Amino acid sequence: MKYDIIVVGGGHAGCEASLASARLGNKTLLITGNIKNIADMPCNPSIGGPAKGIIVREIDALGGEMANNIDHSCLQVKMLNTKKGPAVRALRAQGDKITYPQEMLKTLQSQENLEIKESIVEDLIVENRQVKGIILETGEKIESKAVILTTGTYLKAVILRGSKKTESGPHGEKPSKFLSTKLKEYGFIIQRLKTGTPQRIDKNSIDYTKTSLEPGDDIPYTFSFDNKPLYKVEEQVPCHLIYTTPETHKIIMENLEKSSMYGGYVEGVGPRYCPSIEDKVVRFKEKERHQLFLEPESRYYDDIYIQGFSTSMPEEIQDKMVHSLPGLEHAKILKYAYAIEYDAIDPLQLKQSLETKIIENLFTAGQINGTSGYEEAAGQGLIAGINASLKIHNQEPLILKRNEAYIGVLIDDLVTKGTKEPYRMLTSRAEYRLLLRHDNADLRLKEYGYQIGLVTKESYQKFQKKKEQIKELTEILKKTKITPTKENNQYLEKINSAKILDGISLYDLLKRPEIKMETLNHWIEIKELMEVQEQVEIQSKYEGYIKKANREAEKMLDLEKLKIPEEINYDSVHNLASEARQKLSSIKPTTIAQASRISGVNPADISILMVYLKKEKKL
Amino acid sequence: MNDTIAAISTTLGVGAISIIRVSGSNSIEIVNKIFKGKDLTKVDTHTIHYGYIVNKEEVIDEVLVSVMKAPKTFTMEDVVEVNCHGGIATTNKVLELILNQGARLATGGEFTKRAFLNGRIDLVEAESVMNLISSKSESNRKVAIQGISGYVSKIIRNLRQEILELLASIEVNIDYPEYEDAEVMTNNKIKPKISKIKLKLEKIMKESENRKILSNGIKTIIVGRPNVGKSSILNKLLDEERAIVTDVEGTTRDTVEGSITLNGVSLNIIDTAGIREAKDIVEKIGVEKSLSLIEEADLIILVLNNNEKLTTEDYKILESCKNKKTIVVINKNDLERKINLNEIKYKNIIYTNTIDLNGIETLKDKIMELFNLNQLEQKDYTCLNNIRQISLAKEAYSILGEVEKGIQEKVPIDMVEIDIKRVWEKLGEIIGETYTEELIDQLFSQFCLGK
Repeated sequence: MKYDIIVVGGGHAGCEASLASARLGNKTLLITGNIKNIADMPCNPSIGGPAKGIIVREIDALGGEMANNIDHSCLQVKMLNTKKGPAVRALRAQGDKITYPQEMLKTLQSQENLEIKESIVEDLIVENRQVKGIILETGEKIESKAVILTTGTYLKAVILRGSKKTESGPHGEKPSKFLSTKLKEYGFIIQRLKTGTPQRIDKNSIDYTKTSLEPGDDIPYTFSFDNKPLYKVEEQVPCHLIYTTPETHKIIMENLEKSSMYGGYVEGVGPRYCPSIEDKVVRFKEKERHQLFLEPESRYYDDIYIQGFSTSMPEEIQDKMVHSLPGLEHAKILKYAYAIEYDAIDPLQLKQSLETKIIENLFTAGQINGTSGYEEAAGQGLIAGINASLKIHNQEPLILKRNEAYIGVLIDDLVTKGTKEPYRMLTSRAEYRLLLRHDNADLRLKEYGYQIGLVTKESYQKFQKKKEQIKELTEILKKTKITPTKENNQYLEKINSAKILDGISLYDLLKRPEIKMETLNHWIEIKELMEVQEQVEIQSKYEGYIKKANREAEKMLDLEKLKIPEEINYDSVHNLASEARQKLSSIKPTTIAQASRISGVNPADISILMVYLKKEKKL
Repeated sequence: MNDTIAAISTTLGVGAISIIRVSGSNSIEIVNKIFKGKDLTKVDTHTIHYGYIVNKEEVIDEVLVSVMKAPKTFTMEDVVEVNCHGGIATTNKVLELILNQGARLATGGEFTKRAFLNGRIDLVEAESVMNLISSKSESNRKVAIQGISGYVSKIIRNLRQEILELLASIEVNIDYPEYEDAEVMTNNKIKPKISKIKLKLEKIMKESENRKILSNGIKTIIVGRPNVGKSSILNKLLDEERAIVTDVEGTTRDTVEGSITLNGVSLNIIDTAGIREAKDIVEKIGVEKSLSLIEEADLIILVLNNNEKLTTEDYKILESCKNKKTIVVINKNDLERKINLNEIKYKNIIYTNTIDLNGIETLKDKIMELFNLNQLEQKDYTCLNNIRQISLAKEAYSILGEVEKGIQEKVPIDMVEIDIKRVWEKLGEIIGETYTEELIDQLFSQFCLGK
């Protein structure tokens, strides 16, 4: 049996990769350790949030599945940062941990060209530094043209609670013990990373009178541009907020060396943005309390996730810690918190397409690349799926630029700067974040999705119509001028806006902060879709800032056009500083722009490189 | 690569003439904006033109300008070369004006690099171009490090840290909107912080101007109504008969320059035509020029007549000097006091008279005091002392202006923050620090975040 593409791992990266591959017509095999854990959410029960929520929308615009899947399985939804500018708004949903995997599994099982197999992969078939398939733990060999590794935290996974170490993936699943050793033998640099998850407690054992309510928004939203809201606002499940107590902090400080981290039992590097509660208490001694959110995991079972309480303390200390929290004095712990260590590769060994530089036609995505988070994983999985398909059809890869998508920023950061801790997407990582908005993900990426073949014709036509309407409405507003008549100025005064002295177009009037699109209904009837109105309003209001961001992006794009040939030998480029030479040789940037983003490569090195390429007639 | 670059391409202070080279698609337009002479946008290629470099009305230097249009130029782009005659300070000033018009200061070897990339230099020369870039960037780096005192780089570093903390506290609200220990940053809250930062930067820039005074001298002008005794004071200061002294009002029509040295710093003195309602054209030009000179001066010696009541012209002069470092000299104090002293709201007032000018020493002391000339040697200067640093500081300052405008116009804070980040980057360029991960490091060390 021979496949076009084999995907190893059924997490969020693996699901997107295998769906993209199959939808593009490739005979695809998804191998997972346990079919029940496909698209599982082993940690927090939420999807989206600042930057991450925008990634989910990008996945949708490119024709991926995550947005649609969470739309079908959310417990509550919130739009975050509504009081700030449009660039940083983002959706976040609490997902149902039963429904989300179920829905995804249904989608996978009904997908043409896609087969799912339960097994553990132990090795790759590699010939002449090109992957030809995989070898299962049973010794069975399965051939394919390309392989995508989306193994998550399962490579040599070890779960830690205090001094207790268990070789296990999340949910007590069997880890993959040999694959990372094999990868090391092939030449991959393997690093050890760490993450953690808090306790789950029984919702019936919580005294909710000591907590405060955190409900969802009362406007329904969707992540997918193509869906209508699929939930009822009033049926959303709330979260609750509590705080740690002085007693909690005392228990932690008294038992510090019993934790895996402080007891020295952990070798992996944990993420700074995801510290354990003991880390927080130690590092921020002056803080009297820390916020904890009680988040429901599902409508179908009783687990409550204590967001903010991740720890690697032994179980008996965890009992004391949990019971020191208000409302949780008698809480029943259903699952103890743990730290998990796992192997990841060094993403500097990847190309922008997510193909490895070590073995041809081998792609990797998700936590194996050193990232953290469901959304980051899914975004990479989608790109790996698309690019594996393009590669075996001898086509150029899809590489999203930093001004086009958070997914582009994510992958460029990974392959250019590498990471020493699990990488989480933050808005501050995106220098053109004003261009990478939640609201315009379709305008940025739908065209790519359609050209590649993942966006349906129906969805594309709907999108084309939206684009036309945006253009029309913009033109109408620019054409429609109002004059300083007494009536107009009286109206402006009434809505607390300054008088006009000359004629002004409605488009320019809309630039005033107090003027909203609906205000313009006073002069003309605006009947376009809300999402169309929103686009035009953002474009008008923030025109100056958007232009500035575009100008900055142009500078970068000019340098992106200057390609560096793959076969360049940096030793023959004289005058390069030695740090630059060493970094350039190992990272092998594909464009001058990417080279200039490598830390330790100075502007002078870039100039020298450009002169060299010109001399060699390569530029 | 299409932006326009400029640099002084002769070794400063070595030849009598310095050449500023400007290259890029806007080079002709940029120089034309500060050139008084032919319209350079209309001249033939490869021609030389005589004229003046002007800052608004003030003539900075008498120059020859060569205009060479692409492609037959060194860089194969439009090139303008300005031949300056006025020495180091003037050449720097001309370069500054060109940069203010939108050119960017060229980096080491950049002209040659462009020449090469545009195909002007053949392959044999490529190696030497690469050598040049690496040696120039090395020497630039050394100059940059030496050129900035430890004290200034510390101040800039502190300023950057302040901005970084501000950025982190805005950023934390964006990435962790529910994290309640971080104060919610609003435009109103950051407004005073931005003003404070702007003020600090302004101070550095001002003191840099002071430092310029050290090397360039103190540009001093003497203003006052006709016949109040300006030229006599000048002459006494200079100990020579430079200006024409008569009793006929408006005799001094041309500005007259002279220079004395006070504690090692030169005082370059310009006498002006009297400021009053001019009756003829020649005089009118003189008066206008005097007014524009006030703007440019480091120090103003404002002369009034003790023997007369303040006139409309006096008030006008007093008004136009109020924002400048000014010493008011009440001349002719041997005559009867008719002047209404209580109307003069200046701190530094001294008295002289036309017969023995005994106040001149007091005037010199006052100048020494105003510019701290007695303590100059011991001071570690809070200043930026090369044009690259000053132009970066100016850019940072003008972006701070955009930040304030954004706040004023109620632009959402996350957009205002984009400009604040640019300020931080510009300041980083001054001291050669451009590490972008810093913000994320700051975010996680300043706030306690996580799941």
